[in-house]
Amino acid sequence: MAAMSFSPADVGKVARLARLSLSAAEVRAYAGDLSRILAMLDRVDTVDTAHITPLWHPGRQSLRMRADSVSEENRRDEFQQAAPAVERGLYLVPRVLG
Amino acid sequence: MPAARTIAGLAAMLRSGETSSRDLCRETIGRIRARADLNAFITIAEDAALAEAGRADALLSGQGEGDGARNRAGDGALGALTGIPIAHKDIFSTFGVRTTCGSRMLAEYIPAFDATVVANLKAAGAVTIGKTNMDEFAMGSSNENSFFGAVANPWDAATVPGGSSGGSAAAVAARLLPAATGTDTGGSIRQPAAFCGITGLKPSYGRVSRHGMVAFASSLDQAGTLTVTCEDAATMLDAMAGFDPRDSTSVDAPPPRAADSLGQTVAGLTIGLPAEFFGGGLDSAVAASVQAALAELEKAGARLVDVALPSSENSIPCYYIIAPAEASSNLSRFDGVRYGFRAGEFDGLTEMYEKTRAEGFGAEVKRRIMVGAYVLSAGYYDAYYMKALKLRRLIADDFARAFERCDVIAGPTTPTCAFRRGAKMDDPVAMYLNDIYTSSVNLAGLPALSIPAGLVSGGEGELPVGLHLIGPYMAEAKLLGVGHQFQQLTDWHERAPPGVGGE
Repeated sequence: MAAMSFSPADVGKVARLARLSLSAAEVRAYAGDLSRILAMLDRVDTVDTAHITPLWHPGRQSLRMRADSVSEENRRDEFQQAAPAVERGLYLVPRVLG
Repeated sequence: MPAARTIAGLAAMLRSGETSSRDLCRETIGRIRARADLNAFITIAEDAALAEAGRADALLSGQGEGDGARNRAGDGALGALTGIPIAHKDIFSTFGVRTTCGSRMLAEYIPAFDATVVANLKAAGAVTIGKTNMDEFAMGSSNENSFFGAVANPWDAATVPGGSSGGSAAAVAARLLPAATGTDTGGSIRQPAAFCGITGLKPSYGRVSRHGMVAFASSLDQAGTLTVTCEDAATMLDAMAGFDPRDSTSVDAPPPRAADSLGQTVAGLTIGLPAEFFGGGLDSAVAASVQAALAELEKAGARLVDVALPSSENSIPCYYIIAPAEASSNLSRFDGVRYGFRAGEFDGLTEMYEKTRAEGFGAEVKRRIMVGAYVLSAGYYDAYYMKALKLRRLIADDFARAFERCDVIAGPTTPTCAFRRGAKMDDPVAMYLNDIYTSSVNLAGLPALSIPAGLVSGGEGELPVGLHLIGPYMAEAKLLGVGHQFQQLTDWHERAPPGVGGE
């Protein structure tokens, strides 16, 4: 287990994974925060869980199947009103190719 | 208790014709505006509320269309909530009414649908007055993480109301309205209920639909209620709960019928006390209030037994691995494309994502997203995330063993009363320790209740203490029955904050 602290480079790596752009000052501040949080999380390492089955969710049932049938009406225009940029039913994003 | 402070009291006044739903709504909105200092509301939906109230008044005066489909009573008769003003935590999607989740990311978002909780309460006749303030994306224990500003605790404005359902708790505690919805991922209903001296119910995982509730941690999130009394919590739960095909984790179980269980006696009830909930970090005045409350229940015939929850000491690290992991995945949907905020300036798609998220999310949300991305990343997944899932099994197994020896488990909701604003904002780990007694319940998916159990000296005057009652899976009705009986024996739930007048 990584009983280590977060360096600014580690923060930069995680921020890239999470698609968050951070200023240099933020990177320094988060390195301190995340190191303290990690030190607390590292307590889990002291427990022996060798033969324990993971508990993914506390539901008492497995996920249901449903009939493969149309259940929603087309309300695309209504839902797209919440989007920052749309044109003719399409979401607009910055140019990706060439 | 003044009738105008509870659902039960207001329902009787509406039926006798003493008041109308439209008048109640106008008075409620007046009170909310007069207590703008609390900052409990993000949005007041005045026009929609008055229109809904008008429909309720038509039904109440017998001039409604007998619209059975809109009324849970089913036969066009009045529901227990017909015409009653309530508020929703701003995490529940409301058709045509801004739903911000306390974030800049959704500051202008207007949903095109109602959450199932909202639709169910509307069908039961409740009138939505507005949307309450909250920690951003429900991440926080003090309501200081809202893009729309902090919420004040009505007992002492220098202290926090708790979080993340802090606006709902402050609104009900200040008697602005009788009930509000909340959500509880690690304690976000029960901790603010305890800090504000009201009743907070977190139902079992799967009991209430999560459809239309902005997701934070999907295996932990559950919708519930903040009310003055357990009787009102039962009324709200009976209207909110139920199977929903739109939520794949919704349980197809018989309805809780909580309102029918309020008369059960506590004589013969076995209450389990885990030593782990009465340990070192517990404030001595809070402990004394909780012990006095337990003595009251014992006097009424309940039996107190010791139980053990040894793995609960790992619930904070376990929770603060699993919840951020699920959050980092859930919040990846906020990309500036389909809804919500988009940054103004960027160069290319990746920078659009990165700047949108950097500018749209606040500090605590970013912290948790990064912790989540870290514990799920290559090389750390097994050491943190998988390890936490195994600890979660041990925590849930502890509860199962304890419930072989008792009917409900009791303890303090929080280790201390409400703390001062700003006191923990620079220390995330200290803030996280607020969830020490509550988060294990979410990890195990159990129902739990916080009810007022005393007042202790603190801040400017007195601050409330919460008694935490935890039940077996799907035992909401039992919990509310015990809570209601306690509220017949004591009047802590009737104590209102200083300056909050009568009717």
